[in-house]
Amino acid sequence: MKMNRRSTSVVPLRSALLAAILLALPPVVTAQSAPASSSTSSMDMSSMPGMDHGSMSGMAMPAAASSTAKPATKPPAKKARKKPVAAPPTPASHNMDGMKGMDHSSMPGMDHRAMSDMPTPAKPAASAAPAGDMSGMDHSSMPGMSPEAMQGMDHSGMAGMDHGAMPKKDQGDMTGMGAMPGMTMGPMQGGSPPANARSSDYSDGVGYGSMKGMDMADNAPLGRLLIDQLEAFHGRDANGQSWEAEGWYGNDENKLWVRTEGERSRGKLEDGDLEAFWNHNIATFWSTQLGGRQDLGEGPKRTWAAFGVQGLAPYWFEVEATGYVGASGRTAARLRAEYEMLFTQRLILQPEAEINLYGKNDPQRRIGSGVSDIQFGLRLRYEIRRQFAPYIGVNWVRRIGTTADYARQDHQPVLDRQIVAGVRIWF
Amino acid sequence: MNLFSPPPADLSRRRFVQGVAIGGAVAGLGLLRPSNAWALTSPGQPTVLSGTDFALDIAETPVNYTGATRLATTVNGGIPGPILRWKEGTTVNLRVTNRLRMPTSIHWHGIILPFQEDGVPGISFDGIAPGETFLYQFKVRQSGTYWYHSHSGFQEQTGLYGPLVIEPASPDRHPTDRDYVVMLNDWTDENPERIYAKLKKQSDYYNFAQPTVPDFFRDVREKGLGQALAMRKMWNEMRMNPTDFGDVSGYTYTYLMNGAAPAGNWTGIFKPGEKIRLRFINGSAQTIFDVRIPGLKMTVISADGQDVEPVSVDEFRISVAETYDVMVEPQDERAYTLFAQSIDRSGYARGTLAPRAGMEADVPKPDPIQWLAMQDMMGAMAMGDAGHGNMQGMSGMSGMQGMQGMAGMDHGAMPGMAPAPAPVVRHARTEYGPGVDMHVDMPRTNLDDPGIGLRDNGRRVLTYADLHTIGGPIDAREPSREIELHLTGNMDRFIWSFDGVKFSDAKPVHFNSGERLRIVLVNDTMMNHPIHLHGMWSEMENPEGQFQVRKHTINVQPAQRITYAVSADNPGRWAYHCHLLYHMEAGMFREVVVS
Repeated sequence: MKMNRRSTSVVPLRSALLAAILLALPPVVTAQSAPASSSTSSMDMSSMPGMDHGSMSGMAMPAAASSTAKPATKPPAKKARKKPVAAPPTPASHNMDGMKGMDHSSMPGMDHRAMSDMPTPAKPAASAAPAGDMSGMDHSSMPGMSPEAMQGMDHSGMAGMDHGAMPKKDQGDMTGMGAMPGMTMGPMQGGSPPANARSSDYSDGVGYGSMKGMDMADNAPLGRLLIDQLEAFHGRDANGQSWEAEGWYGNDENKLWVRTEGERSRGKLEDGDLEAFWNHNIATFWSTQLGGRQDLGEGPKRTWAAFGVQGLAPYWFEVEATGYVGASGRTAARLRAEYEMLFTQRLILQPEAEINLYGKNDPQRRIGSGVSDIQFGLRLRYEIRRQFAPYIGVNWVRRIGTTADYARQDHQPVLDRQIVAGVRIWF
Repeated sequence: MNLFSPPPADLSRRRFVQGVAIGGAVAGLGLLRPSNAWALTSPGQPTVLSGTDFALDIAETPVNYTGATRLATTVNGGIPGPILRWKEGTTVNLRVTNRLRMPTSIHWHGIILPFQEDGVPGISFDGIAPGETFLYQFKVRQSGTYWYHSHSGFQEQTGLYGPLVIEPASPDRHPTDRDYVVMLNDWTDENPERIYAKLKKQSDYYNFAQPTVPDFFRDVREKGLGQALAMRKMWNEMRMNPTDFGDVSGYTYTYLMNGAAPAGNWTGIFKPGEKIRLRFINGSAQTIFDVRIPGLKMTVISADGQDVEPVSVDEFRISVAETYDVMVEPQDERAYTLFAQSIDRSGYARGTLAPRAGMEADVPKPDPIQWLAMQDMMGAMAMGDAGHGNMQGMSGMSGMQGMQGMAGMDHGAMPGMAPAPAPVVRHARTEYGPGVDMHVDMPRTNLDDPGIGLRDNGRRVLTYADLHTIGGPIDAREPSREIELHLTGNMDRFIWSFDGVKFSDAKPVHFNSGERLRIVLVNDTMMNHPIHLHGMWSEMENPEGQFQVRKHTINVQPAQRITYAVSADNPGRWAYHCHLLYHMEAGMFREVVVS
């Protein structure tokens, strides 16, 4: 997924600010960036995929007395979404501090078209890209999302001119251009074929010849393994190791895509999962992902069907949004966004945010319904080579709602801050 | 890949960029053979083979340009291969023997010949199998400077190329005292298949000139916050990089002049007062060069082998696969640097003209990197503002300084004087899929823009508007129909195509035998694409549709529309493609069938 490298510092800071607010942390990362971080105070999660929040508030949790008992003093896992510790039934009290702006009232199914840069004129921009919203994006200025987007773009500074009014409305701007008969302007990116679009077939029915030896690489399958994080972490009460990696194999259109993340602490695999998808290009910057997820680590090892999108949002945000459906009506969602800020051509700061949501309480894995946890990481890497970069960083993990209640019951921290050091490698 | 080796230290990095002084073929055969009497009066010149019968051996040869020995794919053991010197009107016989373990081929770039002799595996023939000898045989019907290269896989990157010089049947229009080929190439120690794979996985892998946070704060300081934000807004919204010029950079390339790295300093000898013809050939896989000789005016006399009205310039851009012949007349007893910087300014090829071997002149630093400008993104739409200094032509004469005293200027053809009506652009339905990242609805049509990095640099830079083929078009018929093709791509995913359709998914393009047709190219990307039609000339037109210049490779600038007429007088199957090797391999390729 990391095909790219970001351009500038402008928006990352906005997303960093957002994440910092959500985590109720001192906004260390945003200190010098105030000008660029136009406020983004509320989150719109209205298009969260596959979520069922009908039973979210004030519900009674099912008893879980039969599950494997674990010592309550177990150190907190870095990825807090699963905690297989037995607990007495407790009424869940939703602690949504820090998440005031969230609206979970409607979670319609995922609309892939919305992520695809294709024009969806009738669709309000706010529902267009769930993951984009997470990053504090302003969709009104996304060029590919709708035909109107072009008009929302302010080109003034780029060329010392104002394109706010597009030429089809104001040809007076185009001094020296002469007449522009029949000009209709589409969006520079995305969009759908205009009515007068032509065919690209100039073959007149003529086919290919019989010569052998054509040697083009345009459809050749390739593979990539990216170990984005392979690190040791030092948290408030626990140390351990964790990883986050993805691999793919395939051509431009279709790929087998595998993702995994997890962590070890005190010598055992505490938590993790492995996902496999059919990854299909649907738009310039977006792919759909259909597949499954297998939970690893302690507690019940749940299996999920998974579906989502991943791609590159405007302003260079790498985004993943995945919905999960498991047995017994379980649902979940995971949203992840990351960014890269180049301090030099090799010294790169990578902020990363992840949110996990669950449709039902899962006391055996110590997960409550609703937003279970939010993570925000900042990793500063030095690319000795593009493919080999050691890094240091800091990672915050904030448990939310019922999950936080479980943590309190288990005498686990609701907020953990970890120092991390590791290496990023790809092949 | 050597993941865990330490980063190159400064010293070795410098050596890497500059190359080692000796360079070239380790075997030594290629570069130091006794020179033919033909105009090669200094040592270190490429081998010259002339006549009508040639034996060319393709084999792996160890070379060392960076301090590390690598296997190159060579013709007769040299990089570049021997200069083949033909004579117009003769029939040449070229026996090409493949001593590799894989198939190979040689394509005679820009030569008009029967399609079976064109040397493109899968289209004109089956390729040359290992151990096999293939006889190319055809009549030479043209003169000028051309080149040859492999059309198999990535061999063009690994050294399989060489110059072609064809003597005219009639006396040369520009008799000279000396005649040098100056072939420019990009050498890499990496396996080109790995380069391709890396670009597919991270398309900005080789770009070490990306905007940074400190750049942002510098711009805030110098230009104010609003301007600094505005400069970045559109790029970031569109997820495009304003410094993506060439995809592959000096990070991996060592740029060669006649097979010598910059430290090797290829040298051409002259006596003050002599007329010297320099035949520049860009035989690179992926690198566009900007060429100048500080202290000397160059008179361009030929483009892609075709004589043009002489035009005097300080500098010219030579896109991949183009050739330009220039005349220089150094009067002083001093050395002059031949300086060819890559379009992304990540490095340069360098040589010297000097009265004696061993002399050197100052080597300029590469120019500062300029971000792609609005006209590279939005075409003519960005060119309406008369106050914009970059707007060549469209807004009067503001960008025209330094054009006084130009011989052969046809001012009637300057679009700034008489703007043509904006052409109607028709995008293909297939341009709206995942493989396309932008559409230009109002491309610029002017030919007088030297291009990104050369605008307003204070030097007189050649543009296509300066090129006028002597004698006019080969076919005076008005084209009877148009074929519009858009140059498309997804820079992020490194997908390249025509009309959003990669070669693998495309059907051939059909020309009716005997027809005169017009090709309309619209560049819907922010990169330059040198487009090469095999087997037939591309007769480029000015924005008003009048004949401009005859070429075999036409560089289409970002967001530019270029038209050219083609006489489909050479029946057969032909390749048609972007000559940036990695774009071609990624799908920017068509087969043209003339029948």
